[in-house]
Amino acid sequence: MKNIVETQAHRNKPQAVAEENWLLPAVNVLELRDAYLIEADMPGVSREGLEVTLEEHTLTLTGRRDAARLPGNPVYVESKPAGFRRVFEIDPTVDGGKISARLEQGLLTVHLPKAERLQPRKIAVTG
Amino acid sequence: MTLTRWYRPEVTAAPFWQLSTLRDEIDRLFEAPLSEFTRASQQFLGGWLPAVDLYEDKDNLVVKAELPGLKKEEIEISLHEGVLTLAGERKHEEEHKDAELHRSERFVGRFQRSITLPSPVLMDKVTAAYKDGMLTVTLPKTEEAKPKQIEVKIN
Repeated sequence: MKNIVETQAHRNKPQAVAEENWLLPAVNVLELRDAYLIEADMPGVSREGLEVTLEEHTLTLTGRRDAARLPGNPVYVESKPAGFRRVFEIDPTVDGGKISARLEQGLLTVHLPKAERLQPRKIAVTG
Repeated sequence: MTLTRWYRPEVTAAPFWQLSTLRDEIDRLFEAPLSEFTRASQQFLGGWLPAVDLYEDKDNLVVKAELPGLKKEEIEISLHEGVLTLAGERKHEEEHKDAELHRSERFVGRFQRSITLPSPVLMDKVTAAYKDGMLTVTLPKTEEAKPKQIEVKIN
């Protein structure tokens, strides 16, 4: 069983490294009875800046932040002027057509339902 | 005549160019494990240290903090003797408490950050907004703290 595994494959793609620097968002990966959930912290990312893509079994979460700076001069800066990206290899049992995502106050939740036929089910005993 | 691409000589000067790619390479090598380490050490030290920025313009001090996935009610902002404190708590999600956890990096629990403000502010005019997981606190400066321009006449 593979479930949701982080892939390092994106590191080998030169364009991903050359174009932009990305921060790795902190994530939780949960397994429910009928689905997997990925929760990712992406502060400062709005719906317009968010991109969730599935290619074969590779799920890519990308969050771009508005580069607009605060007014005035920086006195003290801890944040990094970069977006978020993280790539996962998802279990083949996930029903790719039914993946959904929600973004709420910078917290991205991706819902990955397991295919119907693989969900545990109760079998009625007859006779 | 053909067009050939022109490179600035200082960029193509091999040693420096190579040095910068090597540096990038080292940065890249260090980046991933280090960020993992920081995250782990945050958990280990028992605290969440959300990134905080402080900006200043003519009229205001603006503090911005990265606080993803909270509710407005879970954020506490207080100001005492020129020190701004942001605190709160991110709670465990009860909804999925039976779920099997394959990866758990997101911080759960209490956090607190305090920032000493560089100039006096009007306490009762402080406003805060929470959007896309970013908290922005705007603190108008007192009249005395605003930069003033005076004209000096030359006799």
